[in-house]
Amino acid sequence: MSTATLTLPSANASLSRTARIFLNETRYEFLRLLRTRSFALSVIGFPVVFYIFFGIILNRAEHIGTISVSKYMLAGYTVFGMVGAALFGIGVGLASELAAGWLELKRASPMPPLAYVFAKCLSAMAFGVLIVSVLCGIGIAFGGVSLTLPVFARMIALTLVGVIPFACMGMALALLVPFSSAPGIANMIYLPMSFCGGLWIPIMMLPKVMQSFAVVLATYHLSQLMLRVFGYPSMGSVASHWFGLLGFTLLMLGIALWAFRRLEHNA
Amino acid sequence: MTSVLEQPIAVAATEAVASLNRITKRYANGVVALDDLSLSLHRGEIVALLGPNGAGKSTAVKLMMGLSAPTSGSVAIFGADPRNSQARLRTGVMLQVGRAPEMLRVREQVELFRGYYPNPMPYAELVKAAALEGIEERFFSQLSGGQKQRMLFALALAGDPDLIFLDEPTVGLDIEARRAMWATIRSLAARGKTVLLTTHYLEEADALAHRIVVIAKGKVVCSGTPAEVKSLGAGSATLAAVKIIRCVSSLPAETLLVSPGVVSAATVDGVTTITTSQPEATLREMLALDQTLHSLEVASPALEDAFLALTSS
Repeated sequence: MSTATLTLPSANASLSRTARIFLNETRYEFLRLLRTRSFALSVIGFPVVFYIFFGIILNRAEHIGTISVSKYMLAGYTVFGMVGAALFGIGVGLASELAAGWLELKRASPMPPLAYVFAKCLSAMAFGVLIVSVLCGIGIAFGGVSLTLPVFARMIALTLVGVIPFACMGMALALLVPFSSAPGIANMIYLPMSFCGGLWIPIMMLPKVMQSFAVVLATYHLSQLMLRVFGYPSMGSVASHWFGLLGFTLLMLGIALWAFRRLEHNA
Repeated sequence: MTSVLEQPIAVAATEAVASLNRITKRYANGVVALDDLSLSLHRGEIVALLGPNGAGKSTAVKLMMGLSAPTSGSVAIFGADPRNSQARLRTGVMLQVGRAPEMLRVREQVELFRGYYPNPMPYAELVKAAALEGIEERFFSQLSGGQKQRMLFALALAGDPDLIFLDEPTVGLDIEARRAMWATIRSLAARGKTVLLTTHYLEEADALAHRIVVIAKGKVVCSGTPAEVKSLGAGSATLAAVKIIRCVSSLPAETLLVSPGVVSAATVDGVTTITTSQPEATLREMLALDQTLHSLEVASPALEDAFLALTSS
């Protein structure tokens, strides 16, 4: 009894300290990204500018049957936005901290390693939510898009989950590629993966060969799920998309873990 | 060549706070960074790991922090594995970091690291110890090289740790800031903290350390108090009586170099400097050859020379 009463408060204190570490780590990571103008402006700016051009200016009030083209394209560009946030926020950010030796100092500190990963992931989610909200706002204000609150809530929920596969991809990228080439390679992955995943041009309009290739891309699965949130026509079954996202996540996580072990072994 | 001096008994009696036991570290590319190196740190002492670039100093620190695994041998920090979280809570480290997050303020980074520890050093005390007053609100990207170094120093002290590793702590600091950091390090040791610092500033090791461990090519060359290391340099077989002779003389360097025991001779701005292992013989010969020789000075080699002699062979 006495040991229980003695250890309980200290266990509680350590638990609350750990929780505070996770919280602070996340807060400062988000703040750091927000203050890094080159990151914040490009990662929010690109999907916004693209959506304004292709979703609003070119296709304003355009309908195919009952489908609003502006709204249809919103699905693709929100996914485009969250992929950018995860890939650049985590991929380039982690590569930079790895190259600078900062990660080593963090690992030598008593910070729980999971807090670092958690902070990066949650910050990417926050940016994802920010981008999706801005795009929805633009669509509603200028594209005649209508979204009910439950639909918007489901979009946000999908964003939170959808960032994870790309966060893992960013980690794998950062651990494999030297910092100097990380931004370039991130772009080389980002843009083709967005096009081939049907984020810019509906997947049905792409050649058959590309459609069959798309099943290995998380961008494809996520955008099809986003279209389903709108109740718009999409390819494949819901289960196949979740399965695809899970597979992609596990693959990237496996690569990241292998790359991390390799780095640790060579350290 | 390896000659390790006896530890003072009082130090040897206390249990080691941290130790490297017969560590060999071979990197994947085949480079052997540490070769059968043993080192132990005791409570309240400042140990300087002294050596030229590439001697294995940083590797030793990384092994002690559990950032790198030894090829053979064992590491213990407070009797535990260095990756043990309890051991990490009692340890602070300053590594050679190229860049901290640039868009975070000094205050934010310090607060973040303080948050990792259950009993951190009070913020105001920490800012004072690392001389960060007045730059707390600056972003890391706005700091000068010396200020960056001081912030990293603050992060190492954030948890008020019992064991502190400082890898080249004073690189890029001006003399005043370096002396201020030395004072802080001394006061830490006075409070019973153990400090291991790596440096290639000989002056720093001499001024600061209770014990100097000279390493070269991953091996301990010698260790002891600064005075012992200096006398060891002067007392070793080849350097038995090495002295440095300075004088104003008309004798050309070529003549001096053939004289017995002379290691080096050069004349700069009219002053001839000769390093010799047989100073008496050299002096007798010089005085006989040059009647006009004046302004004679004979000196023992400084720690720097002893150190260079030890690590170059």
